[in-house]
Amino acid sequence: MQVNTQYFSQIFALALKEFLALFRDKRSRLILVFPPLLQILIFGFAATYDLDNVPIAIYNQDQGQVSREFISQFEGSETFEIIEYIKKDSDIAPLIDNKDVLLVLNIEPQFSDKLQQGKSAKVQVILDGRNSNTAMTAMNYIASMNLDFNQKWSAQHGATGPKVALQVRNWYNENLQSRWFILPGILVSLILVVILLVTALSVAREREAGTFDQLLVTPMNPTQILIGKAIPGIVIGLLESTLILIIIVKLFQIPIQGDIAALYFGLFLFLLAATGIGLVISAISLTQQQAVLGAFLFIVPAVVLSGFTTPIANMPDSVQLLTYLNPLRYFLIILRGVFLEGNGFTLLFSQFWPMAIIGVVCLAFAGWLFRHRMY
Amino acid sequence: MTVNKTSARSRRLMGMLRKEMWQIIRDPSSIAIAFVMPVVLLFMFGYGVSLDAKNIPVGIAVEKADIITQSLSDSFEQSEFFKPSYYHSIQQAQLALEERKIDGIVWLRSNFSQNLQAGKQAPIEIIINGVDSNQANITMGYIQGVWQSWLTLFSNARGIQLNLPVVLEQRVWFNSALNSRLFLVPGVIAVIMTMIGSLLTAMVVAREWERGTMEALMVTPLSMKEMLAGKLIPYFILGMGSMFISVALAVWWFGVPLRGSFWVMVLASSLFMMVSLLIGLLISIISKNQFVAGQTAIAASFLPAFLLSGFLFDINSMPAFIQGITYLIPARYFVAQLQTLFLAGNVWPVILSNAFALLVMLFVLVLLVSSKSRKTLE
Repeated sequence: MQVNTQYFSQIFALALKEFLALFRDKRSRLILVFPPLLQILIFGFAATYDLDNVPIAIYNQDQGQVSREFISQFEGSETFEIIEYIKKDSDIAPLIDNKDVLLVLNIEPQFSDKLQQGKSAKVQVILDGRNSNTAMTAMNYIASMNLDFNQKWSAQHGATGPKVALQVRNWYNENLQSRWFILPGILVSLILVVILLVTALSVAREREAGTFDQLLVTPMNPTQILIGKAIPGIVIGLLESTLILIIIVKLFQIPIQGDIAALYFGLFLFLLAATGIGLVISAISLTQQQAVLGAFLFIVPAVVLSGFTTPIANMPDSVQLLTYLNPLRYFLIILRGVFLEGNGFTLLFSQFWPMAIIGVVCLAFAGWLFRHRMY
Repeated sequence: MTVNKTSARSRRLMGMLRKEMWQIIRDPSSIAIAFVMPVVLLFMFGYGVSLDAKNIPVGIAVEKADIITQSLSDSFEQSEFFKPSYYHSIQQAQLALEERKIDGIVWLRSNFSQNLQAGKQAPIEIIINGVDSNQANITMGYIQGVWQSWLTLFSNARGIQLNLPVVLEQRVWFNSALNSRLFLVPGVIAVIMTMIGSLLTAMVVAREWERGTMEALMVTPLSMKEMLAGKLIPYFILGMGSMFISVALAVWWFGVPLRGSFWVMVLASSLFMMVSLLIGLLISIISKNQFVAGQTAIAASFLPAFLLSGFLFDINSMPAFIQGITYLIPARYFVAQLQTLFLAGNVWPVILSNAFALLVMLFVLVLLVSSKSRKTLE
């Protein structure tokens, strides 16, 4: 019993020392809190695939009434902003080349006449493909506007042919706001950066200062050192995530539909895994520079291959297999599941245990490295 | 006398350069960052990351199968974008959607064919998992495509000439196949250069402060300018080396066309590299502590370059005050230059206006660095 309390008080003392090492310096205190909060605000507003106020130009070669009706859809749209009406072919290239407009709508001569005679009329859409995703999204918007126009026109002018229309519903995110999809990813990335740097530098700093050897000859065993070093990362991660979650719910107004307990259980496992990875990097590194670079070599691929901005399903199979080693992958599914799909523990079970395994394996490996990497 | 002065200065600079070179060579982690990181990242973006959806798993719920529903299923089967699976009831299909086995449902009710043949309204109901809204939009676009071609086929088979009123003709310049790799690879080069530039130099002055070797450097006749030059030059060489590797991989491995001039790209990259290195140096000088320097460098480089540069997300669509912030991100200018140089060619208005912005940044950074770095102890 006596031994037991001593065991935990030693861990507590080390954890306390770690907190002091982090918070003693004013700049370190600030850097832990402010950049993540500032970033969630900026990136939260910035990161969206939805188009808004996209500059376009219109080249109307038709003189009739119908083409003006067609154009009026674009004048009323919030997605597009007509910044120029051009008069000749040679005006198209400079506008697109210089990135003044994303696209030019080229309405053919006799557009109105053809439509009124019941024939098909053509509109050419010339897009800047330098960002092909933006180009494609814009094209999709135009296609659905055109669909509306065609349906209205056919209804007014006596349509022939089968009356098959598409009725679309989007589940979980009815208005298809990409912010709902991306914000959880920003949360995960920001937390990962903070936790990984806190833990990756914790051992490397002591090695550089030469105090790690002293720690190893104290009565504490490696398991105690490991737990003491892991606690600050997990505590800071929990507090910081809570702050960011509040911002997401209150400011960005994304509702939490599912079980918050499941979200926090996932968060804890994610922090465990991230801390484990950070401590492995730290135990391998001899200097703080190596630790920072090492953390970075992990952070960048982990963020890119998490499904944060681009879907995992679009990756080749071999890369998809690799993502199973990435704790971000699981935590992102949990976050989106709880936020948007209203999931609880049962549907998310398959996401919990892989993170637990990654965490335990990494922590054990870090503990082993403490003893076995000595110079 | 003046000859002596310059030779002494160049000797001091050479000494400083040699010291930094040795530090880089002895600790291979920065070389690893400069040469391994671009390769890893380019391969990840070139092969791993893609916004082009293929084989989207879609469930077709047919409540009463017949020739008409079969012809619609066939249209989905023939499309390269879909991998259909079939359900006999909407409940089964919805369960599969909840379990994330399929991304969307095409629902044909039992009276679909009957209504269609009777000339009544026969809607096709579509349910899409909207969590990934970008993907949902793309999926919807493809479904519309399948639907229209089926409609035309179906009408023609019955001798009805189906004239769509307005037909859109899509012409995508610079990337006609809409291959997302062609814009992701140049974009990721800008992200790599930002990170390499800021991260490599962010630690170098902070390290000297933390280890106490800054005092040792201060008592030498080395001027502050010489010391900073000695710190910048080796990393500039390293950074440009990784730039060449990245461009070579982009062109020869990933087949991204280089339509602009190579030398314009070298000039633009050098300018951007200088800006990145100076940002790292500024962080390093202000932080004086490797933990703070590391956190700041990552906060200031990776995510802003990734999210605010226009590499993935369209800047015009951001709220106005965020657009204002993007003007402070150097990667914004470099992304525009790289995407233009790779895909469009030497479009001088784009290249020069962005180069001018980077020059202004460079000038401000030089002023900031020289005002912050004095040979004084606190």
